[in-house]
Amino acid sequence: MPVEVKLPQLGESTYEGTIGKWLKHPGDRVERFEPLVEIITDKVNVEMPSPHEGVLTKVLIPEGQTVAVGTPIAVMETADAPAEARPAAPPAPVSVGGSAPRAPVTAEGARLSPVVRNLAAERGVSVEEVAQIPGTGAGGRVTKEDLLAYLQRRGTTERAAPTSLHAGDQLLKLSPLRRSVAQRMAQSKREIPHAYGVIEVDLSTLVREREAHKDAWRAREGVNITYTAFFLRAAVDAVKAFPIVNSSWTEEGILLRKAVNLGIGIALEDGLIVAVIKAADQENLTGLAKQVEMLSGKAREGKLALEDVQGGTLTLTNPGVFGSIWSMPIIVPGQAAIIATDAIVKRPVVRDGAVVIREIMHLGLAFDHRIFDGAIADQFLHRMRQKLESFTGGERAVRDF
Amino acid sequence: MPELRYIDAINQAHHEEMLRDERVLVMGEDVGRKGGVFGATMGLLEKFGEDRVIDTPLAESSIAGVAVGMACNGLLPIAEFQFADFIHPAFDQIVSEAARMRYRSNNAFSCPVVFRAPYGASHGTALYHSQSIEAFYAHVPGLKVVAPATPYDAKGMLKAAIRDPDPVLFLEHKRMYRVVKGEVPDGDYTVPIGPSAVRRQGKDLSVFAYGWMLHESLAAADAAAAEGIEAEVVDIRTLAPLDRGTILTSVAKTNRALIVYEDNSFMGYGAEIAALIAEHAFSDLDAPVMRVAAPDVPGVPFAKPLEEWFVVTKDKIAAAMRKLAAY
Repeated sequence: MPVEVKLPQLGESTYEGTIGKWLKHPGDRVERFEPLVEIITDKVNVEMPSPHEGVLTKVLIPEGQTVAVGTPIAVMETADAPAEARPAAPPAPVSVGGSAPRAPVTAEGARLSPVVRNLAAERGVSVEEVAQIPGTGAGGRVTKEDLLAYLQRRGTTERAAPTSLHAGDQLLKLSPLRRSVAQRMAQSKREIPHAYGVIEVDLSTLVREREAHKDAWRAREGVNITYTAFFLRAAVDAVKAFPIVNSSWTEEGILLRKAVNLGIGIALEDGLIVAVIKAADQENLTGLAKQVEMLSGKAREGKLALEDVQGGTLTLTNPGVFGSIWSMPIIVPGQAAIIATDAIVKRPVVRDGAVVIREIMHLGLAFDHRIFDGAIADQFLHRMRQKLESFTGGERAVRDF
Repeated sequence: MPELRYIDAINQAHHEEMLRDERVLVMGEDVGRKGGVFGATMGLLEKFGEDRVIDTPLAESSIAGVAVGMACNGLLPIAEFQFADFIHPAFDQIVSEAARMRYRSNNAFSCPVVFRAPYGASHGTALYHSQSIEAFYAHVPGLKVVAPATPYDAKGMLKAAIRDPDPVLFLEHKRMYRVVKGEVPDGDYTVPIGPSAVRRQGKDLSVFAYGWMLHESLAAADAAAAEGIEAEVVDIRTLAPLDRGTILTSVAKTNRALIVYEDNSFMGYGAEIAALIAEHAFSDLDAPVMRVAAPDVPGVPFAKPLEEWFVVTKDKIAAAMRKLAAY
């Protein structure tokens, strides 16, 4: 019997996907779990395994077209529909009403009731925006009351000034990545009370030693030991001293994370992606450097897998590579803080009563002030500084850092 | 205004209507000398005589059939079934004859008969004295079905039923007879067949119930209110024709609907209310329509623990209210 193949939900906050390449063509026989189609989402490119065994009879969505999660993309002929292959019951009333079918059962939070949908449409709030509201209903569902409270909080100011057009203006369509970054950043700023701390770190020794030995290190370790690797190592050390920095805010309490999964911001052409080094506290400096190299490579080639971008517990962003000397980054939703490492700049500083020139870097922390206070933030930064400044150098020092 | 028991209000309506209109008569098992198994027709025989207060054999089909014949020929009979459980032999007369008389005769005949039936589970009355039968009859076009829940409505709606030009099935939940009391005016008044009544205002969810379930629902609403859940409770006192407007207005206000009925769940009367809301109030819903009804087993069990498991109580309703409010 014919069964529809639908675009699955491919990440926590992905709502649409672009058909990259059909790996099977009409008439092809397909085993269950055999790669069927390449899907490009705002976060990752994945090969979607076939949910059924049978023959691909029809491709409904051509390559290059972007569709919402839940949209039928192909039809397959199967011998009979096994229980799990039966088209899922429509998720309550949700998929019936709106024009954009939404994430099926798994994304409880994104399931909107008819009245919420209606109200959102009336008040000009997009479904995506509604889905970002923290819900108080069952499974985090956004209720009508939640939406009304949100609208009240949001007030009228945000919508007060309609964008006016000038001659020659051009509208850049949002790429899925741009839209996702926008949503998550706006959500973070809306929900998390950000506070900031910045300290100066003297990296003179580190810079000097790295310049002197980086080629030897690379030859021996098989990877370029970057500054980022040192920063990550220092972050792990500081997290061990101040575990609350590695946590999440929930209404029930502060969720201390056991795993230290460090996210690293990677700049791409049309946005920023955060790749995650799992169990970063289990890696030595070389291990961290290898992870960074591997993830950056994958990100630039568009080959990040879903697991490469999920599960981060603390993030490090390095705007210093672009020359920024003072950054105030936005916390990744669900985390307690984000570390910023700015450009390393030669500065005149006072040491032992004399002005000397040192390699100085601003090390900053944006943190969720609900979870901890400035004292913790500053101690955390000082701990990182101590670690970074403790680097004594020498050819072998890299092994001990 | 004097406070009467539900049964007294029913009795009073009989007395007043029989006095007002000599075409009104009563027939049924033990309605005369005994005054009815529950006392609904007490005192009528003495006042109005054997011609108007007729003790019949134990033959429900003929009670209904004779009443239909009387009604077609100008009388206004009230046919009492001792228990709604025993109405089934009369199904054919009620459904095929009474309900369709006006339609089938192209308006030449009407059939102004009132069928009274005590229904529902009481204490330990088990399979043969506990049935809810409303779904069978509310399904039939041409038949009006009412289930008043207060003494005021019982008297006013029985009078309205007697004066109605078409057949009315008048359901009285037997548990209310001596338990439910309320103010009832002495004189003549009617409560129209049709409109529902909002018995309690609320903003968080709407409860639709009738008969004894209304009282359980009101008690559950009190319990829920103590937890901050404000339930609106609507008395569906006329099951057919259904007052759709009141239901839809309430759902538009609260966005959540809970339907309570004592009958077993599958294809019970509340299913129609659920369908109405799904069809006409879809865009008002913030949660799925929920039902509280009895389990789908063949009858109300006799054993007390099983009866407790079966019947819909205020605790079960309150639990559903919490679930719906939290959805």
